[in-house]
Amino acid sequence: MRSDGIVTAPLNDTRAEVGELPDIGRREAGGWAVPTAAVLVLALLPLVLSPYAQDVVVRIAIYAVFALSLELLVGATGLVSLGHAAFLGIGAYAAVMGSGESGASLFFLVPIALAIAAAYALCVGLLSLRTRGVYFIMVTLAFAQMAYFVFHDTKVGGGSDGIFLYVKPVMQIAGTTVLDLANRAHFYYAVLVVLAATYAFIALLLGSRFGHALAGIRVNEQRMRAAGFSTTPYKLAAFVIAGALAGLAGLLLAVKDGGVNPELLSWHTSGEVLLMIILGGIGSLRGAVIGAIAFTLLKEACQSEALLGPLASHWQLTLGLVIIGFVAALPRGLIGLVERVRQVGAPRG
Amino acid sequence: MADASPTASTAATGTPLLSARGLGRRFGGLAAVDDVSIDLAVGQIHAVIGTNGAGKSTLVNMLSGELAPSAGSVHFAGHDVTRWPQPRRARAGLGRSYQRTTLFPEFSLAENCRLAAQAGAPRPWRFWERASADRAGLATALRVLAEAGLAADAERVAGTLSHGGKRQLEIAMCLATAPQALLLDEPLAGMGAEETGRMLALLTTLKATHAILLVEHDMDAVFKVADRVTVMVNGQVIASDVPERIRTDRAVQIAYLGDEAPTLAAGAAALLPEGAGPALGRPGGRPR
Amino acid sequence: MDLATFLVQCLNAVQYGLLLFLVASGLTLIFGIMGVINLAHGSFYMLGAYLAFALSPIFGDQFALRLVAGVVLAAAFGYVLEWAFFSFLYQRDHLQQVLLTYALILVFEELRSLAVGNDVHGVPVPPWLSGSFRLGGLMEYPWYRVFASVACLVVAFALYAVVNRTRLGMMIRAGASNRDMVRGLGVDIRRLYRIVFAGGVALAALAGMIAAPLSSVYPGMGSSVLIVCFVVVVIGGIGSITGALVASLLVGFVDTFGKVFFAEWSGVGVYLLMAVVLVWRPEGLMKRAV
Repeated sequence: MRSDGIVTAPLNDTRAEVGELPDIGRREAGGWAVPTAAVLVLALLPLVLSPYAQDVVVRIAIYAVFALSLELLVGATGLVSLGHAAFLGIGAYAAVMGSGESGASLFFLVPIALAIAAAYALCVGLLSLRTRGVYFIMVTLAFAQMAYFVFHDTKVGGGSDGIFLYVKPVMQIAGTTVLDLANRAHFYYAVLVVLAATYAFIALLLGSRFGHALAGIRVNEQRMRAAGFSTTPYKLAAFVIAGALAGLAGLLLAVKDGGVNPELLSWHTSGEVLLMIILGGIGSLRGAVIGAIAFTLLKEACQSEALLGPLASHWQLTLGLVIIGFVAALPRGLIGLVERVRQVGAPRG
Repeated sequence: MADASPTASTAATGTPLLSARGLGRRFGGLAAVDDVSIDLAVGQIHAVIGTNGAGKSTLVNMLSGELAPSAGSVHFAGHDVTRWPQPRRARAGLGRSYQRTTLFPEFSLAENCRLAAQAGAPRPWRFWERASADRAGLATALRVLAEAGLAADAERVAGTLSHGGKRQLEIAMCLATAPQALLLDEPLAGMGAEETGRMLALLTTLKATHAILLVEHDMDAVFKVADRVTVMVNGQVIASDVPERIRTDRAVQIAYLGDEAPTLAAGAAALLPEGAGPALGRPGGRPR
Repeated sequence: MDLATFLVQCLNAVQYGLLLFLVASGLTLIFGIMGVINLAHGSFYMLGAYLAFALSPIFGDQFALRLVAGVVLAAAFGYVLEWAFFSFLYQRDHLQQVLLTYALILVFEELRSLAVGNDVHGVPVPPWLSGSFRLGGLMEYPWYRVFASVACLVVAFALYAVVNRTRLGMMIRAGASNRDMVRGLGVDIRRLYRIVFAGGVALAALAGMIAAPLSSVYPGMGSSVLIVCFVVVVIGGIGSITGALVASLLVGFVDTFGKVFFAEWSGVGVYLLMAVVLVWRPEGLMKRAV
């Protein structure tokens, strides 16, 4: 483990595929088979799950999109942002405000949510990327807090109560409603498609020249600059793409919850999404998804009276202690655990 | 692009490829570098030597673009690059290696070099193209690895190389961007005799087609390969000449050996065989 | 706005800025010397406020004693916390430090909830500091706020004196630039860190104790102060006490006058200030100067 905590290939692994990266972007176990299988399973779940359980799956899937967007920033590029919730919230507010009183088309809302989140990401990125390390963490937190105050205090949003989403968005082609997000099944599959598309897009991005450049910046920015890369535009691009994708997750969340409130931009949300990716394992797209699942379930468990009885009302304490134990003991997250088990199992040639 | 034709080696007498005039850098009240001028020409290895704290690293950082000078100018390949940031200078053909090995330890040797070469043809917006399918980049990578003598290890993870191997990789990565000039900051640091020999042979080969600045502490090596030696003390240049004259330069001797230097040098010369001279930096000198 | 209101707001701005400085100086010292980013620093401020509340029945009107007791308790707590938890964070990367200290906030919030509940509490101003003084017929200003500013200024000078004029301060400054050398000189770097950490906690807690009668004591007071402190540290430069002072006062003025002129948009003012500084001088107003 390097001192900056970035997952590295174990050094007894002396061969690496020429042209491939040893960690993120690399072909993880099973290649595309595992994610494809997962998508198929998810697609079939509504046949067996209750509506309540489907809701839980949808919520986790939306957080997985959110976590994947942050993974691009933290895991791939090495930029630790503590203000990612701002883009989630902006996407959500854009969706709700864009829907007005009579609803709107997805053809309008999706680009709007992406564009406004990307625009704020561009402004924040230009300023934050003038700093590094701890400063960067603090500045991203501060700009998220600024957005929080705009929505919480001013009349831009509905103040601390948030705004209600009156009509859920639809997609109409040639007059017929093809997709109505108020329909539970439509919404489920829409979220699934977004999750799969986000995963595929980021995976593609990471295997490209751009993605390899991001990896180089993460591992050794000085060498990248010495070779002739202007690293700031790359970092900014990653920041904006991550922000836009978070905005998309925000739109979905607003539709799911039937509204938006400023707490979505709180730094607790930013902290939680960071926890998701470290829980799952930094440096792995699957880790981001697994982390979203694990964290949501963990939080539910800590708040569950059935499980913990009277301790449930003090769930922050349990959650806090579990997180401390986890981060301290398993810095490479759940994916790291899986890797270790695989290494123990498979003989080294 | 480096010109491999025979006339390149005579460019040493023409306009220098890299030229710094009056470079200075202050940190608070301290002048780390004061009024330093230096030239690099293709076909030459120009060594910069000096005691610790002489300002050599600061000088290199100003030449590479990582540190802005407080005074002076830098010209490279016909451009005034004084205000250019490092990546821009690198793209124009100015390569640099670091005193502390600066690689991508997790990647394979080939990927290290391919990524460095990518800087020349970034094309970042083509996100559907796999980096692993970058044939031109991979070809460049394998070529520079061969030049550095590392072709057999192309698929090894860089972190598993020996120290000497890593220093060689560092040079290979510099070459991947097809530079015309190389700024080498103590490339021999921590190397054993055999590895040093290999590196010096590599540098001598490269010299024909590149302009090389070599910052080094290893005096034997410097006097073996350098065509020109500049000596820095306390941020200033006290001598800049061909190696033979530097060896006997009184100011240089005083800087390294103290005020007794000329007496010591004369005494040592009397004891040593004809034609020998004290090698600077080594107490007692060594016969050549 | 008339002169009286303007003066009052200026005094308020200074007082708020100085309180911020106390908290921010602890944060910047801990980061500058030990390299640890601590999200739970706001919790120490909250700790101080709740100590003020909890200790007031014990000490009654002996305000000075209460302050001293609180500071001593907080320092002791900080000393133990560094030994039990923070000393393990130094080797870890920033991301892990962020998450571990975030989890620590959750733990602290819940412990506070268990200990004293979630209600908002008022803390009375000691009688000898209550009331206001009049400046001619011009204006009235509460004595307690004057006390708060003066107390913070005294602490600021004391801090400056310790860091720049004592052996401890010299070890702290040396430890900031070269840990191994300091260790080689025979200084127990672990104890040094523990003392610095305890000091940082005590500073934040003292600020909380002083602020308690002004802002009352409520859950979540830690987080609001923390993020503003981060802005102060970014503007002033990490590790710089002088920078923290200048930045805190700037933030105090922007925030106070922002509330007067911009009402609901005032919350944004501080962050716009940070944006301006980032454009102009991203490394902070002062270079690192502990």
